[in-house]
Amino acid sequence: MGDGIAAQLVEAVRTAGAEGRTLRIVGAGSKAGLGGGPLGSVGFAECPGQGEQARQAAAGGGRPTASALPVEALPVAEHAGVIDYRPEELVLTARCGTALKDVNALLQQHRQHLPFEPPLLGGGGTLGGAVATGWSGPGRPWRGSVRDAVLGVEMINGFGQRLRFGGQVMKNVAGYDLSRLQVGAWGSLGVLLSVSVRLAPQPYAEKNCRLECMAGDALDWMRTWARTFAPISGTWHQDGVLNVRLSGPERAVGAAAECIGGEISSDVRGWAELRNRALPCFQESPADAAKLWRIDCAPAAQLPPKPCLIEWAGARRWWRTDLPPDAVHAYAAQAGGVAVRAGAAPNFNNPAAARLKQAFDPKRLLNSHLFAA
Amino acid sequence: MNEAAVLKQLRTTLRKGALIAEPAAMRPYETDGLTALREMPWAVALPGTEEEVRAVLRICRQQRLPVVPRGAGTGLSGGARPVRGGLVLGLSKLNRILEVDVGNCVARVQPGVRNLAISEAVAEHGLYYAPDPSSQLACSIGGNVAENSGGVHCLKYGLTVHNVLGLKVETIEGHTLQLGGKGFDYPGYDLLALLCGSEGMLGVVTEVTVRLLPQPPKKVVQLAAFRSLEGAAGAVARMIGEGVIPAGLEMMDALAIQATEDFVQAGYPRDAAAILLCELDGDSDEVQALRDYALRLFKEAGAYEVQQADSAAERERLWRGRKAAFPAMGRIAPDYYCMDGTIPRGALVEVLGGISGLSKRFGLAVANVFHAGDGNLHPLILYDANQAGQLEKAEALGGEILQLCVAAGGTVTGEHGVGAEKLNQMCAQFGPDELAQFERVKEAFDPQRLLNPGKAIPTLSRCSEIGGMHVHGGELPFAKMERF
Repeated sequence: MGDGIAAQLVEAVRTAGAEGRTLRIVGAGSKAGLGGGPLGSVGFAECPGQGEQARQAAAGGGRPTASALPVEALPVAEHAGVIDYRPEELVLTARCGTALKDVNALLQQHRQHLPFEPPLLGGGGTLGGAVATGWSGPGRPWRGSVRDAVLGVEMINGFGQRLRFGGQVMKNVAGYDLSRLQVGAWGSLGVLLSVSVRLAPQPYAEKNCRLECMAGDALDWMRTWARTFAPISGTWHQDGVLNVRLSGPERAVGAAAECIGGEISSDVRGWAELRNRALPCFQESPADAAKLWRIDCAPAAQLPPKPCLIEWAGARRWWRTDLPPDAVHAYAAQAGGVAVRAGAAPNFNNPAAARLKQAFDPKRLLNSHLFAA
Repeated sequence: MNEAAVLKQLRTTLRKGALIAEPAAMRPYETDGLTALREMPWAVALPGTEEEVRAVLRICRQQRLPVVPRGAGTGLSGGARPVRGGLVLGLSKLNRILEVDVGNCVARVQPGVRNLAISEAVAEHGLYYAPDPSSQLACSIGGNVAENSGGVHCLKYGLTVHNVLGLKVETIEGHTLQLGGKGFDYPGYDLLALLCGSEGMLGVVTEVTVRLLPQPPKKVVQLAAFRSLEGAAGAVARMIGEGVIPAGLEMMDALAIQATEDFVQAGYPRDAAAILLCELDGDSDEVQALRDYALRLFKEAGAYEVQQADSAAERERLWRGRKAAFPAMGRIAPDYYCMDGTIPRGALVEVLGGISGLSKRFGLAVANVFHAGDGNLHPLILYDANQAGQLEKAEALGGEILQLCVAAGGTVTGEHGVGAEKLNQMCAQFGPDELAQFERVKEAFDPQRLLNPGKAIPTLSRCSEIGGMHVHGGELPFAKMERF
C-alpha cells in the first residue's frame, strides 16, 4: 500500500522549521478562484488562478504573513489514494490529496456518498481541502456537517510530528477531539495526511419541489418544515423560486412531495450546481465577487434586504451588497451569526485561536497568513 | 494558601449555603457514578449564577486551587471524582431553561438542566432533544457536553457534539467564550467540538444551546432472537451495510437475557444465544417499509423468533429489559465491571468470540449488553471482590478486552470517557507525541493545570512506567474498579 509522500511532507515541515521558512499548504488549488483555500490566499481579486497557477500564486506572494519569514508552497495533492474503504462499515479512510471526484466515483459504485456534500469547485478539490475548509453542502441541517462526519485524522503538526487522532469508529471519546478541530482550521494547525469519514447510504429516491414565492414566505415555509418530520434534505430560495429537495424511501418522498406541492420533478441536478457554487450568483467578476457575503446565523432571524440566496432551512444566507463590511457584520451579529466574504478564509486573528495555534505550531510554519492582522 | 481565608473568600462570594466544607455534608461529592473511586474534596462550591462561577474560578486561579467541575455526578469513569485538596465546582444549581425558541428549533439552557427535562419542556411543540444516555433522567446537559454523551438513539441522531449548536464557556483564565449560536458551522476554529468530550479539562460550560428535532410520528420496536451470536452480529452488519440506519440497534447475549428476565420479565426468549432490539422511526409509510425489510432480514440472518411492538406500552416492555440489564447483573454477581470499547461493526463476531475465550481463560463470566449498531461494546465482567484474587483477575480480563478493541481498530472508550479510570489504557491508544499534543492543548486553556487535574490525559511518565505491558498483554493494572 505504501505511505504516499508522507515522509517527504514530514521532512518538508521539519526542514522549514529548521531553516526558518513558512509553508502554505496547496491542495488542488480549486478554491483559489474564490479567494481562499488552504493555499492561502490572498483575497478575491488577487488570486484568480487554479491548479498550477494557484500554486505559483501561493508560493509567490500575497499579503505579508504574520511572521516575516519567507514563504514556500507545500504541495500535498500528490499524497493521494484510498487507504481503507469498507462499504459495510460506512467508513472511508483516504489520503488528503485524493480528488473528491475520485472519492465520489468510488462511493457511487456502492450507492454511498459523503453526507456533507463538499463543493467541487470547477469540478476539482481534494478530500483534505474539503476537511480543511469545512464547507458543508446544501444538506447540512439534515445530513450533518463536514465536522460531524470526520471520525479521525492523521496529520503533521508544526513540530514536524506525525500524529493520529480519533479513528474509524462512530463513537470515540478517548482524548480531546483534535480530529474534528482540524475541520475548518484551513491547515493552520497541521498538514492533513489522511482522514476517516463517516459515509451515508444514497437515498433510494430523490425529488425536487419547485415553488414560486418571495424570500420572506420561503423562510416561513423553511421554518415550518423544520418543525415537521419530513424527508427534506435541502431548501434553497433564489430569485423568487423555492426549491425543496426530498430524499429517502420512494413512498415517503412521493407522499411528502404531494404534500409540499409546486412543480414536482425527479431532476435534482440543480442541487449539484448549488453545492458546487456553479450558480450564476457565485460567478460574478472578481470585482463584484468581493460584494458577496456568506452569513451563517439563527435560521429564523430576519432576512437582510434582498438576499440573493437562502439555504440550510434559513441558517445560511448569501447576500450581495454594496454596504461597507461594518454594516454587513452588524446585520450578521443582530441575526445571531457571522458574516464572511464568500469563499474567503475566516479571521483567526483572536486570542483563543492564537493560543491553539501556539499549541500545534508555535513557530507559525503552517498557513500562518491566516493570522495576519 | 491560607485555607481559612480562602474559605471565607469563597463563602462571601457565594450566596448563603452554597459553600460546603463540613465532611459529612461533602460525603455525596466524594465520588461520581464510578463509586469505587473516592476522594474527599477540600470544599464544594455550588454557584447559582454565571457570575458566581466566574468569581469562584477567579479565586481558584489566584489561589492556585485545583477545581473539579461536576454535573449530576452520574459519569462512569470518575471524571468528577474530587482531587485531594481541591474544590468541587457543582453546577447543579444552574438549572434553568433560559429559552425555548421554537422558531429556531433550539433551547438555551443552563448546564445543570437534566437531559430529559429538555425534551419534557419542549414536547408540547412536537420537538425533543435527541441524545439519550441511559442516565437521562438524572444526568445534566453540562455533563453530557463534558463527556460527549451518546445513548441508544445516537446511532441515527448523533452524539452530543452533533446536537449542540452553541456553548458559553468560562475559562480558568477568566475569559468568557461564546461558541457557535443558533445556526450551524460558524467560521473559525471549532472550539465547540473541542469542548465536547473534554471532560471539564478546558473550561466550565455555563450555557448550552441545543438543537431540537421534530418528534417522529411513528415508532416500532422489534426483538429478534438468534441461536448464535454470529447470526445476530451478521444481521447488524448487513442492515447497516445495506444502508438502513435504525434509530437504535441493541444487542444482548444469553447471560444478559437470562439475568434480565429473572429480574423484570420483559418477555425475552430465554433460550436465545443473542437478541437484537431494533427501533425504527419515521412517518407511517416509511416505518411500514422498514419494518417489512427488517423482518425479512432478521429471518434470513437466522432469527427464530421476532416480536414487534407498535404501541407505546409494548415498546416500553421491550426496552424495559435492556434498560434493566445493568441492575440485573447486580443480582447474579456481587460485583461487575463495565467496559466501554468501540470496534468496527465488522469485527463484532471476532471480538465477541475473543471475549468469550478470555472469559473462559480467566474463569470469570462476561455478559454483553451493548450498542451493536455503532459497535460500542459494554462487556460486563462478573466477579466477587470478597474472593481473593478475583478483583485482580477482573482487572486483567478488562485490560485484555480493551486491547482486543484497540487491535480491532477501535477505541478504549466509546461514550463513558477516560476520567480517572482509563488513563493507563490511553497509553495503549496514543503515542508520546499525541499525548504531548493533548498536553499543549490543555496548556492553551489552562496553563496552571488547575481544571480537573490528573484526568482524561495520562502523563508521559505514567505511560512510560506501564509502557511494555501492553505489548506483553494481560498485565495492565487498573487503578480502581468500576461497578456500573
